[in-house]
Amino acid sequence: MALSVPAIMRTTAARLSALYFLLFAICAVLLVFYMTSLSARMLTAQTQETINDEVLGLARAYQRGGLPVLVRVVEARSRQPGANLYLIADTNGQILTGNVQSLEPGVIETEGWTTRPFSYRRFGEGELERQRNPASDQNEMQSSESEVQVEGEKGHNAIALVLRLPNQMIMLVGRDLGEPERFRAVIRRALMLALGMMGLGGLLIWFFVGRAALKRIDSVSEASRRIMGGDLSGRLPVTGAGDEFDRLSENLNSMLARIATLNEGLKQVSDNIAHDLKTPLTRLRNRAEATLSGKQKTTDYRQALEGTIAESDQLIKTFNAILMISRLEAGYSSESTSRVDLAASVRDVVELYEPVAEEAGVTLETSMQDAFVVEGNRELIGQALSNIVDNAIKYSTDSTAEPTVRVALDRVGREVRLSVSDNGQGIPDDADRARATERFVRLEKSRSQPGSGLGLSLAKAIMKFHSGRLDLLPGDPGLSVVMSFPEPEDH
Amino acid sequence: MHMPATQSSSEIAYNGSMKILVIEDDREAADYLQKAFTEAGHTAHVAGDGETGFALADAGDYDVMVVDRMLPRRDGLSVIAGLRSRGNTTPVLILSALGEVDDRVTGLRAGGDDYLTKPYAFSELLARVEVLNRRASAREAETVYRVGDLELDRLSHSVRRAGREITLQPREFRLLEFLMRHAGQVVTRTMLLENVWDYHFDPQTNVIDVHVSRLRGKIEKGFDKPILHTVRGAGYMLKSG
Repeated sequence: MALSVPAIMRTTAARLSALYFLLFAICAVLLVFYMTSLSARMLTAQTQETINDEVLGLARAYQRGGLPVLVRVVEARSRQPGANLYLIADTNGQILTGNVQSLEPGVIETEGWTTRPFSYRRFGEGELERQRNPASDQNEMQSSESEVQVEGEKGHNAIALVLRLPNQMIMLVGRDLGEPERFRAVIRRALMLALGMMGLGGLLIWFFVGRAALKRIDSVSEASRRIMGGDLSGRLPVTGAGDEFDRLSENLNSMLARIATLNEGLKQVSDNIAHDLKTPLTRLRNRAEATLSGKQKTTDYRQALEGTIAESDQLIKTFNAILMISRLEAGYSSESTSRVDLAASVRDVVELYEPVAEEAGVTLETSMQDAFVVEGNRELIGQALSNIVDNAIKYSTDSTAEPTVRVALDRVGREVRLSVSDNGQGIPDDADRARATERFVRLEKSRSQPGSGLGLSLAKAIMKFHSGRLDLLPGDPGLSVVMSFPEPEDH
Repeated sequence: MHMPATQSSSEIAYNGSMKILVIEDDREAADYLQKAFTEAGHTAHVAGDGETGFALADAGDYDVMVVDRMLPRRDGLSVIAGLRSRGNTTPVLILSALGEVDDRVTGLRAGGDDYLTKPYAFSELLARVEVLNRRASAREAETVYRVGDLELDRLSHSVRRAGREITLQPREFRLLEFLMRHAGQVVTRTMLLENVWDYHFDPQTNVIDVHVSRLRGKIEKGFDKPILHTVRGAGYMLKSG
């Protein structure tokens, strides 16, 4: 909690808490206002009803015995504890009887319901001894003119019905509004309390829930800072709760893993380029140096330069292969694929290599039935297959029997398999076989053969691009290289 | 690097010299190309950016253009598309450092006629540019190709030399057909692989050499004069005498 207030307000959790608090408070205030006005209206209606009842009772008394009975009833009722307000005044507004000592001027001048609550003062407030003395009542009444004008600040509020009796005297029946006002005060207190509690609740929620979320976000940004600092093996924390934060962390982690793989690949490529291109470059330089140093004939220069060109071409080829593998591994758009007939590819490549095989004394056989159509890139498939056939021809020459390379196309389960098998020595060691498709790996006995060591890696990258596999299986004898393509969906 | 090509320039002069426009922003590479084209007997103009290149190509009458894909001010493909939309049909060879699988396709779709990925050998570029020369493409329409005493009938699929029938496999026929169409021009191994087999990759072994030597056996064996020559460091050339 060492954060300063502006810093706290910058956090999402605090902002959200504040926003929720504000919205909640507005809603609560509106609700309370609605409720109080509604209940105040209800209470007013109730009060008016009570007054109406009173007036009815008084009217009956007046009918029974005229003004004296009315005055008696009024006086009797006035003395009851918690009595309503009663007042009878003469035509000039002089109070004759009742329990009202003074009231706001003008109230009794208009007949009917008072339009708004008015303030008044009852007899006996602060002067209890005079309350029961009708004589002093009379005295007070005399001096009430001035009192009426100075309406007391300590007076109560009431509503009343003002009537004119048949003899033109004025009668007022009213009811104190103390009850609805107390009710309003209670509601107001409750509102203040509720708002206070809500504020406290908001703070608590922010403290426990918001801060927990905040903490996790902080740990994620902390971890990403570490990773950006160079620790690419670092991962974001996953709590195992399976919530949004975990999902976010998991996704970011798999992104990091992908980046790490690509980065690793890049590093490997640059290492391999450095290692594998250094040798031919050094050879190139040495050849040029040696040619320059001795006394040479023109034909020697020509020969050296031609050798240089041949060597450069080989370098360019190697370079292109490296670039191609990297690009394939980085992933291509599927734009470059179409329907490819594997059988046609096999025929093309076998036909391309047939003279080479014949020259090397290798029999090149094919075994396939009808057309096998897969989704892919004809160019890439042709290149992969030609690399594999090229290898097979080279390595079948050490066969004990008659060297043979067999290209077979078949459907196994939901895969289309294109296999190239030779009957040479093969790669007996499982680990060696697994390593053979790695970049620049040239197994011991292949060192004497020309090649960049990229042929099988390129084929593997091409198969990965086709969502397929490249497997090296031990033959009997020899080696079988299998390209497995997923069957196209609508087949 | 261009030594063998220079040596063979006298033979290539069969087509006469060409006027070549090179649009390439790399100053050094452009200068080298200009010098090398001049040594090969051609005239080369250089534009350093797309807009200048477009203006030059639009105004001048060039035989072939060599256009780099990534250029300042205007992209190479846009230059080509712009020229094509103005009815300019000058053959274009696109140079690119990209070399992705579908680069070739997008390049050719934009109106390019050939595509070469950097780094390349100048001998390869020269051979391709000379084959692109539009004066050479006139042979497309001919039905019978003749080079010296060698004759190839494209309709009856028959080949004769000095009146003697020579039997060729279908692929050998296409190989010879391509060589004869570009007789007197250097044809590289990759050009043969592209045009006869429709593959654009570099085979690990020189498979093309074996095919060519087989073909050579058939069209030269029993005849006193060689006709299918190897141009060292570059490729092959079919030429009488």
